[in-house]
Amino acid sequence: MQQSSNNLPGNAFDRRTMDWYIDKLMQLLVFIGGISAIIFIIGIFVFITMEGMDFVFGRLDVAEFFTSEYWSPSDEDDPEFGILALIAGTASVTGLAMLVAIPFALGSAIYIGEFASGKKREYLKVLVELLAAIPSVVWGFIGLSIMNPLIIDVFDVPVGLNILNAGVILGLMAAPIMASIAEDALKAVPDGYREAAEAMGATRWQVIFKVVLPAAKNGLLGAVLLGVGRGFGETMAVLMATGHSVNMPTSIFDSVRALTATIAAELGETAVGSDHYGVLFTIGIFLFLITFVINLSADLIVRGVRKG
Amino acid sequence: MFEISELNKRNQKTQKLFQILFLMMTLMLIAPVVIILGTLIYKGGAIISVDFLFTAPTDGMTAGGIFPALFGTVWLVAVALLVSVPVGVAAAIYLSEYAPDNWLTRIINLAIINLAGVPSIVHALFGVGAFVIFFKFGTSILAASLTLAIMTLPVVIVASKESLQAVPKAFREACWNMGATRWQTIRRVVLPNAVSGILTGVILEVSRTTGETAPIMFTGAAFFLPFLPQSVFDQTMALSLHLFVVSTQVPGVPDELPYGVALVLIGMVLLMNSVSIAFRMYLRGQKKW
Repeated sequence: MQQSSNNLPGNAFDRRTMDWYIDKLMQLLVFIGGISAIIFIIGIFVFITMEGMDFVFGRLDVAEFFTSEYWSPSDEDDPEFGILALIAGTASVTGLAMLVAIPFALGSAIYIGEFASGKKREYLKVLVELLAAIPSVVWGFIGLSIMNPLIIDVFDVPVGLNILNAGVILGLMAAPIMASIAEDALKAVPDGYREAAEAMGATRWQVIFKVVLPAAKNGLLGAVLLGVGRGFGETMAVLMATGHSVNMPTSIFDSVRALTATIAAELGETAVGSDHYGVLFTIGIFLFLITFVINLSADLIVRGVRKG
Repeated sequence: MFEISELNKRNQKTQKLFQILFLMMTLMLIAPVVIILGTLIYKGGAIISVDFLFTAPTDGMTAGGIFPALFGTVWLVAVALLVSVPVGVAAAIYLSEYAPDNWLTRIINLAIINLAGVPSIVHALFGVGAFVIFFKFGTSILAASLTLAIMTLPVVIVASKESLQAVPKAFREACWNMGATRWQTIRRVVLPNAVSGILTGVILEVSRTTGETAPIMFTGAAFFLPFLPQSVFDQTMALSLHLFVVSTQVPGVPDELPYGVALVLIGMVLLMNSVSIAFRMYLRGQKKW
């Protein structure tokens, strides 16, 4: 078969064998796989917008939504759709988490990247990677069962499920991820910088503080931003450890409620298409946009480093 | 002439101090987890037995085992892998072997980063809107697994891309020079050399998928079911959601039960991660190029 077709005039150099077609087909298939991530991201936005649209265009009062602290979406006579208290809850927990996570993440990134070497470095990196793998529902359980009585005992407060609890838990969750991104940022600083400074007589810590950290500052900022993104998006741990009561916080011992946790706790009890259902999807759209912007800027900042 | 000056001594002292400070920070990051693991083992270790793993919950979930939840998690993970591994590996092959350095590739990479960064509860909303309602799968294993698959896709893509890119360019060039097509080269030369690296990524994804809770809450996982799922269109219990349920939603659960569930869950996740890491280190040692 092959032989006869090759004998026809003009076909001698025709390379369209079966293999050629398979090659083209596979190229198309992996291309579809390649753009799948784009399709999914657009799909996520389209579908949550579709479900939230009725509420956004029918019922939503943007000013009330962002500035009212009253949240009682299931009230039959006079439902309230203010998410200010929820934003305050998410922001306060994330803020405290960053206060906990940044020093530890940075400190361990510096130790692992600049001081530790050989086997010790390998082991520490593995441990940090394992830390990042602990599921959020397990962290939430830890907040509930270990941190809660601990906070009640130590600080003598009536409830241990509060900003402090969730903030510490979230900090411990975010720190390993931030540490490994920060370590990458430190590693991206060329060794020539260090050698030049050491040749001038600088000690190791002088090299780190005066040369490496300033050179890696964008990458480190990117690590912090990704930590903030993680904090905004964390759901189960925050649902279980914050106490889940709508509240404008005045101290770290106040119970709060987060945006993500509100969706997780309430979606199950709403009727599809109701205002309550719609407002939860609207919060979802808000969360999607915020984390999108945070991740985008983190990426731009980190990429800026690589180019420079 | 080479005597250490006062300044040098002071500098060296500061350096030692800083080194110790940073070591302490690293250890303090790790210490809580050791304490937590210890507590889980101490309080939940006693309840774990063959019976616990292989019987269903009884007495309104205040006694008995966790079998339906374990069984459901296996279902969810398996179906999620069926989707995410082919799509993820295809994406990795495209990015590593075909993608030119252009705007489309940049957007793909951005989309991957964002897919990993979208909050898990937003993935859940997407799952409800797309799979449960729009595609009419209902709350089912299929809907939950598809949601999980899309959420964990970046894990597979990133790990596979790295191991594909680790295959030297000369391997591909040698193969092209023999007259092989691009796909033949990928199929016969690149993939066999990268498959073990891809496998470590898949194990990591299994571990991630096992622990996720929020995305399956409204898409297919149920608080309690008196029967095991028969097909992908049934709902199921899941281990991660079971931990949430027994620790927050059910009154009168004996203390050690949620500890036991947490211990099984964290044990599975850490075991899979350790296997993946050990495998990766072994491979790094084996590399001949």
